[in-house]
Amino acid sequence: MEQNKINLTIDGRQVSVNPGTTILEAAKSCGIDIPTLCHIHLEGTCVNSHPASCRMCVVEVAGRRNLAPACATACMEGMEVHTSSLRVLKARRVILELILSNHPHDCLICPKSGNCELQNLARRLKINETPFDGGERSCHPIDKSVSIVRDMNKCILCRRCETMCNDVQTVGAIGAIGRGFETTIGPAFGLKLSESECTYCGQCVAVCPVGALTEVDNTSRLIKDLANPDKVCIVQVAPAVRVAIGEEFGYPAGTIVTGKLVTALKKLGFDYVFDTDFAADLTIMEEGTELLGRLQRFLSGDKTVKLPILTSCCPAWVNFFEHQFPDMLDIPSTARSPQQMFGSIAKTYWAEKMGIPREKIVVVSIMPCLAKKYECGRDEFKVDGNPDVDYSLTTRELAELIKETNTEHEVLEDSEFDAPLGESTGASVIFGATGGVMEAALRTAYELHTGKTLDKVDFREVRGLEGMRSASIDMDGFELKVGIAHGLGNARKMLEDIRSGKSEYHAIEIMACPGGCIGGGGQPLHHGNIEILNARARALYDADKNKPLRKSHENPYIKKLYEEFLGEPLSEKAHALLHTNYFNKSK
Amino acid sequence: MENMKLSCAAIAKVKEICENHNNDAGELINVLHETQNTLGYLPREVQELVAKNLNIPVNRVNGVVSFYAFFTEKPKGKHPISICLGTACYVRGSDKVLEEVKKVLGIEVGETTPDGVFSLDCLRCVGACGLAPVMTISGKVFGNVDPKNIRKIIESFEAEA
Repeated sequence: MEQNKINLTIDGRQVSVNPGTTILEAAKSCGIDIPTLCHIHLEGTCVNSHPASCRMCVVEVAGRRNLAPACATACMEGMEVHTSSLRVLKARRVILELILSNHPHDCLICPKSGNCELQNLARRLKINETPFDGGERSCHPIDKSVSIVRDMNKCILCRRCETMCNDVQTVGAIGAIGRGFETTIGPAFGLKLSESECTYCGQCVAVCPVGALTEVDNTSRLIKDLANPDKVCIVQVAPAVRVAIGEEFGYPAGTIVTGKLVTALKKLGFDYVFDTDFAADLTIMEEGTELLGRLQRFLSGDKTVKLPILTSCCPAWVNFFEHQFPDMLDIPSTARSPQQMFGSIAKTYWAEKMGIPREKIVVVSIMPCLAKKYECGRDEFKVDGNPDVDYSLTTRELAELIKETNTEHEVLEDSEFDAPLGESTGASVIFGATGGVMEAALRTAYELHTGKTLDKVDFREVRGLEGMRSASIDMDGFELKVGIAHGLGNARKMLEDIRSGKSEYHAIEIMACPGGCIGGGGQPLHHGNIEILNARARALYDADKNKPLRKSHENPYIKKLYEEFLGEPLSEKAHALLHTNYFNKSK
Repeated sequence: MENMKLSCAAIAKVKEICENHNNDAGELINVLHETQNTLGYLPREVQELVAKNLNIPVNRVNGVVSFYAFFTEKPKGKHPISICLGTACYVRGSDKVLEEVKKVLGIEVGETTPDGVFSLDCLRCVGACGLAPVMTISGKVFGNVDPKNIRKIIESFEAEA
């Protein structure tokens, strides 16, 4: 046996683990699957919730009177653990029966049905009846915001969402209110989400094991629009969708299914299938030019220039600083997100080109994100009440719609995006992973700043899943310092450093969700498996590598868009269509 | 009354209490204790103020306030009435005592009479099980309470008010 290791037996198997390892982790390392419900841990990130509140993972430890929760009990030398003794099995069933005694049995019409951890456990533990009558089942009204639906009648008080909202994202919009049967997880004073500081990042939805937190379903609206002959329906697909939606059809995580996705969208009935990546290239042109503008002012000694510049692609992040850092609204880039740039260009440039009136066009976006549903409804992105992007569907919603229409994903042919708003470079594809926007911006900023060709387009130093990263890039004599944060808790640290004057960065990329958009609140559920996020990120970088063009400013259709319509980056027209303002939303 | 805007004096007082605890989020419960002792209750505005001063989400403050039975978000009456529903009192008929109090005052548990004189709460055991059933009014303990006498007891406090 190795030194400094703790030796124990689990179900008769010898196991040797590092000090501090929980019984749950030790069991997992030797292939024993202990059922869990409240526990979630994305290894390598700050996502780790084990309040031991559900008691599903109880195991028998020889010599102990009570059963121990495996998720919150550290291994000890000589421990003898039994994960499935008869006593454990009996206790687990009773625990689950008790949880089910206060849970609605309307699985047939629950949006989470088929993907519900409670339902799966009930099946795994063969719960076929509910012997307990239930206590005071409170009747809570359903709280429907523009992005997230809260049905607290289905909540099992596992507290995962509370961990995400408070510890990981540091938003503090929801938490436990009340006591006993009266307890709900929600905003203070029983307010609605829309009245709280919620950013709509959707990380609570991404971890909810049951149907208590779900996304607003726009599939019915889409079917209605697609069936309307008076409408021209166009769709844009975000980069992170193409490397994740395959999971819903049995492909391994990280399979790139772009071509099949385009075919499926065409079969659904969209008139044109475009790519948000096109707008991501456009974002780099605007945001990159803005960065270079601020840098040049800084280098020429202008003391009033605001640095670092912060990215503004992520709508949950925008909500976060509008709510929590209203004194710093002039620091982020004014560039709109790719979703909104796409909508704006589609309903002006493209509409004019095609001779279709704005009102006839329905712009739908497929996003890995819940905040995008909120973003497209913001007043500043409407013209006379008509939104640039009509509404947004998540990766999950689209997957369900494809299944519903019997469009078998695996038999689909590959198709190409339509031109011109479907053309993109490798730089735009990596927007979906944390660090990707920064890398894309660096490729363009370097060439525009130095006038030289960048030989090595890979900036590996900005990649990875570490919560906060930094890099120094040699811009031909000038050292550009960049920072990257994902997860709003990390973003908060970056912002506090800026506020106290400690930040030494020139540019910072921030994404609200752990992992970036690949870990977005609208993606297929990862159920705490970090390998899924890693695989999605790898797929995005592979997709980038396989693109003939890998710098945003080389996209021929972007060049044409500036020549024919916008003039140049940050022109008056570009400002009107592609930039925005931020508002103080602090309470 | 619940939506009453806080007076400047109350705002200053809450701020002072928070400062006395170094605006330390770990002191939340102590801050709330003192604030309730001073103001009588913890309305939404006060909770928001505490959250702001301690630099924590208001959600956390409200979570604590709504968890502990001691904290109240509604103003209590001049004479708070508590009925013990602990095991000993319950088997000796405190549920009937409670029903009678509700009938006499015309309010439910957790409510205050419109004139602000009485408020009604339940609690679990005041440590006087030998006197069961027990009721307290303004901290004064009444033992062996017979529902028939309740009107008289309450009237004695009314006269005082």
